[in-house]
Amino acid sequence: MDAIFLQILNGLDKGSAYALIALGLTLIFGTLGVVNFAHGALFMIGAFCAVTLQRFLNLSYSAVDETKTDFLGNPMVVKTPYVEGWFGPELGQAIIAWSVPLAILLAIPVMLFVGFAMERGLIKHFYKRPHADQILVTFGLAIVLQEIIKYYFGANPIQTPAPPALVGSFDFGVLLGFDPNVIIYPIWRLVYFIFALVIICAVFAFLQFTTFGMVVRAGMADRETVGLLGINIDKRFTIMFGVAASVAGLAGVMYGPILAPNYHMGMDFLVLSFVVVVVGGMGSLPGAVAAGFILGILQSFASMNEVKALMPGIDQIVIYLIAIIILLTRPRGLMGRKGVMED
Amino acid sequence: MGILEVKGVNKRFGGLQALGDVNLSVEENTVHAIIGPNGAGKSTLLNCLVGKLIPDTGSVMFAGQSVLGRKPHEINQMGISRVFQTPEIFADLTVLENVMIPCFAKRDGSFRMHAIESVGSEKEILEMAEQMLADVNMLEKRDMHSGSLSRGDKRRLEMAMCLVQQPRLLLLDEPTAGMARADTNNTIDLLKEINQKRDITMCIIEHDMHVVFSLAQRITVLAQGTPLVEDTPDKIKGHPKVREAYLGEAA
Amino acid sequence: MPGLDRKDTRFFILIVAATLLMPFILQPFPEGSGMAQFNAGYPDLMQRFVIFGIFAMGFNILFGLTGYLSFGHAAFLGVGSYATVWMYKLLGFNVVPGLILAVICSAIFAVVIGYVSLRRSGIYFSILTLAFAEMSYRLAYSVLTPITNGETGLQVYSNDPQVLMGPGSPESTHFFGLEMASSYVMQIGGWAFTFNFGFYFAAAIFIAMFYLTMRIFRSPFGMMLRAVKSNQQRMNYTGLNSRPYTLAAFVISGSYAGLAGGLLAAMDPLAGAERMFWTESGAVVLMTILGGAGTLLGPVLGAGFIKYFENIFSKINDNVLHGWFAWMPDGLEDFMVAIIHPFVGKGWHLTLGLLFMAVVIFLPGGLVEGGQRVARIFRRRDKKAPEGSPEEQAAEQRNPGPAE
Repeated sequence: MDAIFLQILNGLDKGSAYALIALGLTLIFGTLGVVNFAHGALFMIGAFCAVTLQRFLNLSYSAVDETKTDFLGNPMVVKTPYVEGWFGPELGQAIIAWSVPLAILLAIPVMLFVGFAMERGLIKHFYKRPHADQILVTFGLAIVLQEIIKYYFGANPIQTPAPPALVGSFDFGVLLGFDPNVIIYPIWRLVYFIFALVIICAVFAFLQFTTFGMVVRAGMADRETVGLLGINIDKRFTIMFGVAASVAGLAGVMYGPILAPNYHMGMDFLVLSFVVVVVGGMGSLPGAVAAGFILGILQSFASMNEVKALMPGIDQIVIYLIAIIILLTRPRGLMGRKGVMED
Repeated sequence: MGILEVKGVNKRFGGLQALGDVNLSVEENTVHAIIGPNGAGKSTLLNCLVGKLIPDTGSVMFAGQSVLGRKPHEINQMGISRVFQTPEIFADLTVLENVMIPCFAKRDGSFRMHAIESVGSEKEILEMAEQMLADVNMLEKRDMHSGSLSRGDKRRLEMAMCLVQQPRLLLLDEPTAGMARADTNNTIDLLKEINQKRDITMCIIEHDMHVVFSLAQRITVLAQGTPLVEDTPDKIKGHPKVREAYLGEAA
Repeated sequence: MPGLDRKDTRFFILIVAATLLMPFILQPFPEGSGMAQFNAGYPDLMQRFVIFGIFAMGFNILFGLTGYLSFGHAAFLGVGSYATVWMYKLLGFNVVPGLILAVICSAIFAVVIGYVSLRRSGIYFSILTLAFAEMSYRLAYSVLTPITNGETGLQVYSNDPQVLMGPGSPESTHFFGLEMASSYVMQIGGWAFTFNFGFYFAAAIFIAMFYLTMRIFRSPFGMMLRAVKSNQQRMNYTGLNSRPYTLAAFVISGSYAGLAGGLLAAMDPLAGAERMFWTESGAVVLMTILGGAGTLLGPVLGAGFIKYFENIFSKINDNVLHGWFAWMPDGLEDFMVAIIHPFVGKGWHLTLGLLFMAVVIFLPGGLVEGGQRVARIFRRRDKKAPEGSPEEQAAEQRNPGPAE
């Protein structure tokens, strides 16, 4: 029982990331009808927003501190980050320590901008082209984005630690009546899971309760009719692209402490996220979220030693195996509408 | 016994009864028209004949064999060809290639691994296709990209693709939809000629009463998924039920 | 040539000549000159040109003709390499049994994957092939280690059986005694031309495969495949079953990939799982699109183009750049170097990505279409030339089908 519980918990953080990326992917597909292979790159750019902010906050000036000497007896040069100079050492230190969550503030405008630029500059011209062309051009874009990041940040992963207060583990089992030290869960992963839930709820609330969201949903169901009503659906869809980009970006920002950002993380997550979208059903938002969590958890179950002993290698392929089975037996996925790209 | 026998076919889509107990018998070498107001189930019926849809109940027999449960390509190989409302052709291929493909299908069946011989060396197929193009007055367009043909030419090409297979039954879904009067008359003449010269049985779905009465030897009137009457054109014209249900405004 | 008309025969002879003369054609600059770095006439690179040419040509039979976009073709490349190295380990360094096994194994593999994946089309087909390739890749790294030797990669060890190895047999890959590595260097003036047996072996296979591809393109089967891409519904209502046609195309194209994988192992007796990674599948898509999908020459050109620039661009470093712009005033020189720097050397993939996007956006027919456009501009200038024939007009349309 406790083992099962632990695996579910372990699957949550990956599942959250899958769900967030897949949510954006399926949103773009549902609204714009575009298959966006560059969506993983948006996740990666988000993660590098955190890296950028961390680097920015650590920009320091050097000053000679006469009161201290180094081991040769010379006066020591002390580097002080500017933030500490501006806000005082304590608040400055705290700001630096909390750079990952703070990066959310940076990521939102950056991702909205990147999203708009991508849609207006490139994707717009591909609405009427075949899906294969959309896949190819966004695949090219993904390579470009990833190489730009690699050029500026190098090929090695960059550590972006969580705030000290959120480092360490949390004995989850005790809360649920298990023995102590049985179910221990890193706090940051829990934070990530809650963060993901908040964003998912926000996106759904936005689509459900605002007029804007209502129009977008109507457009997803029947674009032509909405267009006939004289509503400019394209403009709203552009904004949705920005929103989808932001969701992917935010998923990336907060993932930094779990996986040190590297330039190819986007591609790694992209393939899996596509599988998630397909399993959930192309164009279905609840499907994407459900499939994200289900696949994340299943993957964590498959990596249990007991399961691996039974089916060697299953941990490596479980997601793909499920995707193949779903595609063959129920091509519209778990919750997809009938007839969406089905044949 | 007709060449096509439809007995007791029912088809439901969710709560909608698209076809209710349809019986239809098409005699060999006749032109049989199916008419009816929009939503009467004409296209659904056609789709049941070619294997795109499977009826919930009932039977569809073609030349003594059931077509139910067979795939579209198997039904075509039995001798049923279909002309679509909007022409379905191979738009990326040339006109000649478009006509050669059905020739290959006729000669070689639904699949043959024909990967080494060149298309150009298939003299008999080439002749067959060119003859067909000449029959529909399109020979000079043989090397054109068929996607760039006019709409009327696309229709003629599609017709040629069906005819070159020498089908026993040709299904036509509104063959004159959206045509000007002169083109419509040309199509009528063409279809008449096909029916008489090539002994091809035809089953036409059509809105245009002019077309129907110039061509059909028998007419079935469909209303709300059920056949109302089936008779000769003259009797249909005077039939009170039909006038009431359908021809009221047209006659 | 049997089975080809006059125009095709001329085209084929041109290809044969260009392939066989590659050691000359690709070595236009004398040794030691400043331009020598742009030479591509060394065996390793030329081998890759023809091998990846085969790979892309096979991929094109599937994607270019039927329109089915497979994102998992690298799996077949990997299978081919593994099969060949296993033959080295069991029998000996003669490449023939290895290549035969590579084609057989990849074909069987393709039948299985194709049978399942082709039940769906469009993006679902792409995802299915991607999923199969990722599974193969991951299994090759984990459970299948006894077959693939995991991360180390499969290679020949001294304690392998190699039952056909006689005392006099070569200790490296060979074709009935002729070693792949053996080369003859011809010095003419400042030029050095390298004739490598491995390259000519691969080139001979490439020419044979090109001929086969040409026959397939011109055959009724090839026409049916283009019909699949054009309108599957009409195809089915014409009495043709599209499934066996697409499966046949998938298996043929998988076998080409397996053969290419086997040849890679014939040049260098190693096989690793990274050859099956999905970015490798992406690379063959890039090659095909860049050159021109659906054309005979396009994929080969694309493969050559990418492999050439991968080699040359990635060798250009800041020193080379400074050398180029040395004639400029200092500030401008540094500026130019700084601008170009991100696109060369390690940044070569950036150039590739941009190039690829540009091709998809502006030139969907790839390099071949670009060439045709340029040719047309020249022809238009020559006013005496008649207007384009219907065939050429057809070629102006997107996806021109078999063109040169």
